[in-house]
Amino acid sequence: MTFVLKPKTHHPRLPLNEIGLTRRDYEGSVSTLCAGCGHDSVSAAIVQACSELSIPPHRFAKVSGIGCSSKTPSYFLNKSHGLNSVHGRMPSVMTGANLANKELFCVGVSGDGDSASIGLGQFAHIVRRRINMLYLVDNNGTYGLTKGQFSATNDKGSTSKKGLLNLYEPIDLVSMALQLGASFVGRSFSGDKAQLVPLLKAGLKHKGIAFIDVISPCVAFNNHVGSTKSYEFIREHSQDVVNADLVLPNSEITVEYEEGTSTQVPMPDGSLLNLHKIDADYDPHDRVGALNYVQRRQEQGEVVTGLLYIDPEAGDCHEVLDTVAQPLNALNEAELCPGALALDQINQSLR
Amino acid sequence: MNVIYNDLVIRFANVNGSGSASANGMFTKALFRMGIPVSGRNIFPSNIQGLPTWYEVRVSERGYLGRREGVDIMVAMNAETFVEDVKSVKSGGYLFYDNTKPLERSLKREDINEIGIPIAALMLPEFSDPKQRSLFKNITYLGALAGLLNIEFDVITGMVSTQYKGKDALIQPNIRALEIGRDYALEYLDGPLPLQVRRCDQVGDRIMIEGNAAAGLGAIYGGATVCGWYPITPSTSLAEAFERYANQFRVEDKTGQKKFAIMQAEDELASIGIVIGAAWNGARAFTATSGPGISLMSEFLGLAYFAEIPAVVWDIQRAGPSTGMPTRTQQCDLISSAYASHGDTKHPLLFPSNPKECFEFGALSLDLADRLQTPILVMSDLELGMNDFLSEPFEWDDNRSYDRGKVLDAEDLDKLDVFGRYLDVDGDGIGYRTLPGTHPEKGAFFTRGTSRDEFAAYTESPDAYQKNMERLLSKWETAKTILPDPEILSSKQKVGVLYFGTTAYPMPEAQDSLRREGISFDLCRIRAFPFNGEVVSFVNDHEVVFVVEQNRDAQMRTLLINEEDFEPAKLISVLYYAGLSMSADVIQKQISDHYEAKKLPRLSEVSK
Repeated sequence: MTFVLKPKTHHPRLPLNEIGLTRRDYEGSVSTLCAGCGHDSVSAAIVQACSELSIPPHRFAKVSGIGCSSKTPSYFLNKSHGLNSVHGRMPSVMTGANLANKELFCVGVSGDGDSASIGLGQFAHIVRRRINMLYLVDNNGTYGLTKGQFSATNDKGSTSKKGLLNLYEPIDLVSMALQLGASFVGRSFSGDKAQLVPLLKAGLKHKGIAFIDVISPCVAFNNHVGSTKSYEFIREHSQDVVNADLVLPNSEITVEYEEGTSTQVPMPDGSLLNLHKIDADYDPHDRVGALNYVQRRQEQGEVVTGLLYIDPEAGDCHEVLDTVAQPLNALNEAELCPGALALDQINQSLR
Repeated sequence: MNVIYNDLVIRFANVNGSGSASANGMFTKALFRMGIPVSGRNIFPSNIQGLPTWYEVRVSERGYLGRREGVDIMVAMNAETFVEDVKSVKSGGYLFYDNTKPLERSLKREDINEIGIPIAALMLPEFSDPKQRSLFKNITYLGALAGLLNIEFDVITGMVSTQYKGKDALIQPNIRALEIGRDYALEYLDGPLPLQVRRCDQVGDRIMIEGNAAAGLGAIYGGATVCGWYPITPSTSLAEAFERYANQFRVEDKTGQKKFAIMQAEDELASIGIVIGAAWNGARAFTATSGPGISLMSEFLGLAYFAEIPAVVWDIQRAGPSTGMPTRTQQCDLISSAYASHGDTKHPLLFPSNPKECFEFGALSLDLADRLQTPILVMSDLELGMNDFLSEPFEWDDNRSYDRGKVLDAEDLDKLDVFGRYLDVDGDGIGYRTLPGTHPEKGAFFTRGTSRDEFAAYTESPDAYQKNMERLLSKWETAKTILPDPEILSSKQKVGVLYFGTTAYPMPEAQDSLRREGISFDLCRIRAFPFNGEVVSFVNDHEVVFVVEQNRDAQMRTLLINEEDFEPAKLISVLYYAGLSMSADVIQKQISDHYEAKKLPRLSEVSK
């Protein structure tokens, strides 16, 4: 099949963002995923987040791997380029894309098969490298496109649609990201737009790697009783810890929180990140504490969500490499080529 | 005394990690500075310290830079390989050894000359520190060789002074060690020998550099800004050279910030992923690897082929299969590189033969990758990559501009009514691409490894798929017209020889030797795959064509037959794949044997 273009007309009273665009300007083509797929909600949340941030919709670089999750970059931000790469290798491709042009907003979408199995190594290493990007995992615990095998994030003891028991330990990407030094780690649920959209906005504004594990149920293969990645299970077992709310520069803070539970984190572009702590004792700036908390709760069968860790000062790979201000892909011959005279000197030094 | 000048093979047998490389390098450089054509080759183990290593130097006033069989002088400094080393000396040659301990009787050979020098004993009174004694041993034998071979002493002492500039305390002891060796050779040995060197003028303005450094410099000149790589012998020094030159030439004056990004990745998959991501986003990017890396990169190379993303991969070939002989040279990745990845996939290859070509291809490959929107694999090898070779000086035309290929900018897009990423607008099989973030409304598309139509939309339409695959073939034809031409030397012979890469070093000598046997042929040095019309005509214009290559399975011959439908019987393989570089003797023998076996006419017989 060829992909379907959405009609360009929209409701005349659709709100405009700061650059005069509507949400529709951030959409992609019509999804070919199953009706009710959590991934479509994630794409919708990305559309909303990007629109609310008023980033020009062509200034993104979308990269994905292979799998249902990795199809989704077609379904948002049609005005930006996307690259559907090979299975498990989004991180390396995104590394190159980001090195080439640090001005674009990098959005990498991966899945649990893509990031926790075939691409676990690449996942680990992009976190180490601090690429300035939003790294999303649409996590459904199953291989949808190949009809429902367990993935590596599937919990031990949960069952497949056919009733098979998963006998292996799960990989928790949130714990790994924390351990590997990600400077922004979150977890959310595709069914909780109120939590997810602000989290995505904060992640896009964060400088450095922003990793968000989004539990995104697979309606076709992993939404049954016995699954720990179903809509019902996540609704019952998810535990908000810290919710984020990004306040853009020059705008008012509208949400009010109970005293003592709200902290503010200044972001590199001048916006403020409001962190609303549901568990007052939780410290989202304590990496080891966060890791401990996530794992303790996991032991008790709970899925901790929210912005679990943030270090706004960590910086990104370009700072580590100390690259010039201009994007590398914009440099020309005059800036890159040492020229004939320098070559003569090299020749001379080799005699 | 009948003295032979400037024509010898000397082999140094050392233990790796013992500091011998520096002394051996100085030996070669001294002859180079005396204007004598010289080539030095490291034959080293896959090990850091303690295993045998050899360094073989070919000295040839006639300018032959290839390997020649037979060792005239063996500098046997490794007890472990001593027996083997004694055996390898050519009859009438010289065995140079430390006779602090006398030579075992069983090792004595009547047909060679022994030159014993008590290096260890000479070092004892001079240097109290055992580590120094061991290091200066190397410099001492260099001094002795200077005396024996008549190397200009001030050339060597000059190099010592340059090498230790800033560490002046080291200059005097080094020169002292040189003198000890030289004086002993002149006083107690029959130095100089009848085998000597003398200043000549056969080097001209040539430079001396390893291929990997030349390639790294070429990438700098060609505008590469992103390098993703993973350490693997023998390619590592290429990425390192790029970084070294980048730190020299690509640092912004006022800020000290870098106009390049180099990333040591976690593996070769990530290296090529970084290259593809960067090139998709409009930077010039490359990686350097060896055979095992090509195997690992294959899936990604298929993506870049099918999704049409530029990429440059340097393959510094080493002996396979598997881990093979990781520190030995071969030309064994031709097929795995040409057809890397599943499905109908093929990639242009370039074959550099010397450092100057490494420099040129370092830049040119980036142009070609952008122009053809596909991966370009540059097939060097350990021989060229890791050994210093004489080379014509590098040249750069300041008026040259980078060919970024068909890339539409915002202005172009504004003028355009219809943009289709994979539309064959110009009939050369190459579409126009746009870079991410270029235009607010136009030109964005989705790059994918799945089938798509001319507008980059996913499709499973049989017609659209096949049309796209055929366009890729049409692009393949375009590639033939812009890849480097072969270098042909023809005197209208009936026999032709095809060769490529580092086989260029022994080839002139093999040709001269065979001519003396009455065998003359035309030469065609292949510089690129797919083969262009000149290569095809060369094969068609000759009755017999030898294909000379450094692998077991005649991979170039396979490519020729596969791509051009040549009659297999016409293409005769000349193969060497034992891991050293191919010698003129091997080529001479195999071609001569074929003449013998097939009773082909030699020039002398024809004229009878």
